[in-house]
Amino acid sequence: MFSVPDLSDLNAGAALPAIFLGAYACLLMIVDLFIPRTRKQITVALTLVGLGAALALSLLALGDVVEFGDGAVAFGGMYVADRFSDAVNVTVLITAILGVLVAYNYLERIRRQRSEYYYLLLFTTLGVMVMGAAGDLVIVFVALELLSIPLYILSGFRWPQEASEESALKYFILGAFSSGFLVYGIALVYGATGTTDFRALWQSIGQIVADDASSKYLLLVGTGLVLVGLGFKVAAVPFHMWTPDVYQGAPTSVVAYMSVAAKIGGFAALARVLGAGMGNLTLGGEAAAAWQSTVWIIAALTMILGNVVAIVQSDLKRLLAYSSIAHAGYLLIGVAAVGTPAVTDEAVRAVVMYLVAYAFTNVGAFAVIIAVEKDDASNTGLDSMRGLAARQPLLAASMAVFMLSLTGIPLTAGFVGKWFVFKSAVAADLIPVAVIGVLTSLVSAYYYLRIVWYMYFEQGKGEAYVPAPLAWAISIATVGTLALGIFPYLLSDLANGITLAFGR
Amino acid sequence: MGSSGVSIELYVLLSAVLFIMGTIGVLLRRNAILVFMSVELMLNAANLALVAFARQWAGGDGHLMVFFVMTVAAAEVAVGLALIVAIFRTKKSIDIDNLHLFKE
Repeated sequence: MFSVPDLSDLNAGAALPAIFLGAYACLLMIVDLFIPRTRKQITVALTLVGLGAALALSLLALGDVVEFGDGAVAFGGMYVADRFSDAVNVTVLITAILGVLVAYNYLERIRRQRSEYYYLLLFTTLGVMVMGAAGDLVIVFVALELLSIPLYILSGFRWPQEASEESALKYFILGAFSSGFLVYGIALVYGATGTTDFRALWQSIGQIVADDASSKYLLLVGTGLVLVGLGFKVAAVPFHMWTPDVYQGAPTSVVAYMSVAAKIGGFAALARVLGAGMGNLTLGGEAAAAWQSTVWIIAALTMILGNVVAIVQSDLKRLLAYSSIAHAGYLLIGVAAVGTPAVTDEAVRAVVMYLVAYAFTNVGAFAVIIAVEKDDASNTGLDSMRGLAARQPLLAASMAVFMLSLTGIPLTAGFVGKWFVFKSAVAADLIPVAVIGVLTSLVSAYYYLRIVWYMYFEQGKGEAYVPAPLAWAISIATVGTLALGIFPYLLSDLANGITLAFGR
Repeated sequence: MGSSGVSIELYVLLSAVLFIMGTIGVLLRRNAILVFMSVELMLNAANLALVAFARQWAGGDGHLMVFFVMTVAAAEVAVGLALIVAIFRTKKSIDIDNLHLFKE
């Protein structure tokens, strides 16, 4: 069976940013008990300090300034602190900081200023970080739940408001349902290979493929079920049904964070499981992995459905929900490209770059919705955008930047992300799906630019409330979106050298 | 391994049947608690498969995974039941057909 490893062999130092954040979140939970209810801004400040410190540690690791631990592999292969996980850490921690900034005044306004919000957010962030470093299917599952369970609670944070409760219950039921698929998929993969560790999985799959053993069918079914489970999490068609309802009903500050963080986690897991664990699962002597065709078909469907249905939406949160489905489709193109061995590294980098660009843009767009939303959760319709430019010129300009970035117009971060994803798809010989990506981007221009049109060329009240922390978050997101768009090498430098440590 | 002569295929078959029953339950049941129980059935079907495979491979990984699944499922139960209680207080119903605030 197993032997108990020596503590010094665990190489726990490599996981320092995640361990730090986890310990910090637990401490904050206790410290918060001694902070009076009227002074919860202290908890918020402490949350930001913790996130900032974890971000600093992750940046040090990413920039190779300091090396924590000895090599990438920690906890006997369960945790892999390579450049991919460093990049995921940095992205999700920036998202979390923006998420806290947009939440503070919003929670005050809706009279839900509870410190639970902040440490649940920390735990979700930890879940994403561990997901990005998963080296074992067990960790994928545990991290996915650590990411999801706090999000279920956060979605229902506005109880007893009916919409919030409903969205939480829907998210919960479909989330738990998808976990069922994931676990059963893991069980079948384990049954076929006898291991859950990615390195051993890679070898075992290589053996199965070489022998053409009958256990490959078990393996294929297992891989399919894992794909279904993760597909639910990233809102890929046909597992996207929960997204519009949950995004519309959950508190907007939660959606701003969740729409990005859950995507980072989900795609990090897909890249890890499919790229590092199952990249050599090929059939009939083909070079590309067997799951590639499935993933690109899902990608095409996701892009088409997300973009087409978004056209007819009249609520901004719902519109951005379909937009986020569409963006999951673009990201899935990158995941499909991971399946071609020669392009794996390039595709993984493209996915990371897309996630960074998407993080700034999407949190920013939801932050603008928070600014126009009324205390009773009304005024999130498209009409709320009318005449915004006349009354709130800066806010409207930021929103215009976010919309252009989501469309993928050059000089914005969104363009750079799409460019690299499409490039990796072409390199992987997935030209049809890249063409669908470009065409659906054209379709998306209609509904994104319509918002810009409403803001600048139509009359309306244009009411918005932009307190200081929210303004900072919007400024950071705007500057980030523009900077990454105008200086694309910032992104490509970040992604440079990212490889999945296991597998090849 | 063991004294029982039951072959691995039967365990896996049973787990598949349980898993499919759970899936159908989630899709067809209208009471949130029963939906939730069906999800638990799916997770436990996976547990059964894991334990059966672990016996076949004579390794610890499968057993280990089962413990994690059980723990996480317990955490999920805590959150899920709390949500169901909250929604029952507001709506006086936990029929998921009544969750239609967003139907267009």
